[in-house]
Amino acid sequence: MKLNSILIQFAIGLLFGLGLVIAGMSDPAKVLNFLDLASIPSGKWDPSLAFVLGSGVITTFFGYRYVLKRPAPVLDTSFHVPQSSQIDRAIVIGPAIFGIGWGIAGFCPGPAFTALGTGSIGAITFVVSMIAGMFAARWYVASTVLNGDAVGQG
Amino acid sequence: MTEFTPLLSTLGGVLIGLAAVLLMLFKGRIAGISGIAIRIFSNSYDSEMLGRIAFILGLIAAPLVYATVTGHWPKMTFQTGSLGLVVAGLLVGFGSILGNGCTSGHGICGLSRLSPRSITAVASFMLTAVITVFVVRHVL
Repeated sequence: MKLNSILIQFAIGLLFGLGLVIAGMSDPAKVLNFLDLASIPSGKWDPSLAFVLGSGVITTFFGYRYVLKRPAPVLDTSFHVPQSSQIDRAIVIGPAIFGIGWGIAGFCPGPAFTALGTGSIGAITFVVSMIAGMFAARWYVASTVLNGDAVGQG
Repeated sequence: MTEFTPLLSTLGGVLIGLAAVLLMLFKGRIAGISGIAIRIFSNSYDSEMLGRIAFILGLIAAPLVYATVTGHWPKMTFQTGSLGLVVAGLLVGFGSILGNGCTSGHGICGLSRLSPRSITAVASFMLTAVITVFVVRHVL
């Protein structure tokens, strides 16, 4: 791979991370205070995450419409966009499990990797466990597929 | 309690969206952090490996750049101890691979593409996350 491709991906990761930090999403408390809908009557609810998701989705929606008109990406021969629209058990159960963990810690993968940069022991603890969980899922998906079950395919 | 930051959070969201658009423009790929992460730890080394590592290193560099520019580290307050972080990390990692994506891949990129799978995924994780926070904060 060419050096400029690697540098561009570093810069895009940095931009993504700066977005997360500026949005306040690297702070688990801020995420959890959004998810705590029961705090709305007390006035302690923090709706910030909805603004992050909203502006992120709007920006990406219009950006993708522009970019996907191209015949190919700048540094590749074709786009790698998922085509599946199958709603199987895994697309409900996987995110449901993910959401429980997200609700316990207030961390999801992007903010957790970003928080590593602060040297936080908590972030390191979370990321190491998260990678272990990813391996476990990959093993689980592989074993269920071998047994003829379609979980995790898509 | 955290302060509601509509302007900064909107700005941050726009930057996240721009990053997702730029990754599509240059590499033709969805900016899904869990997918990028698991491929780094996959058994086979391919030509995209260094690019994936560079992307994750960019994420990790962000707080340092932020601290250098602003003079203070981004605020971070944990609401759970080490055991909670371990359990949560395992669940987040497992669920993101089983469900083929996380808040970035399904949330930002998938919703932007109006993908039925991503809309299902976001509804599912938002629901269980809200229930989990309710149980942790108001029931236990």
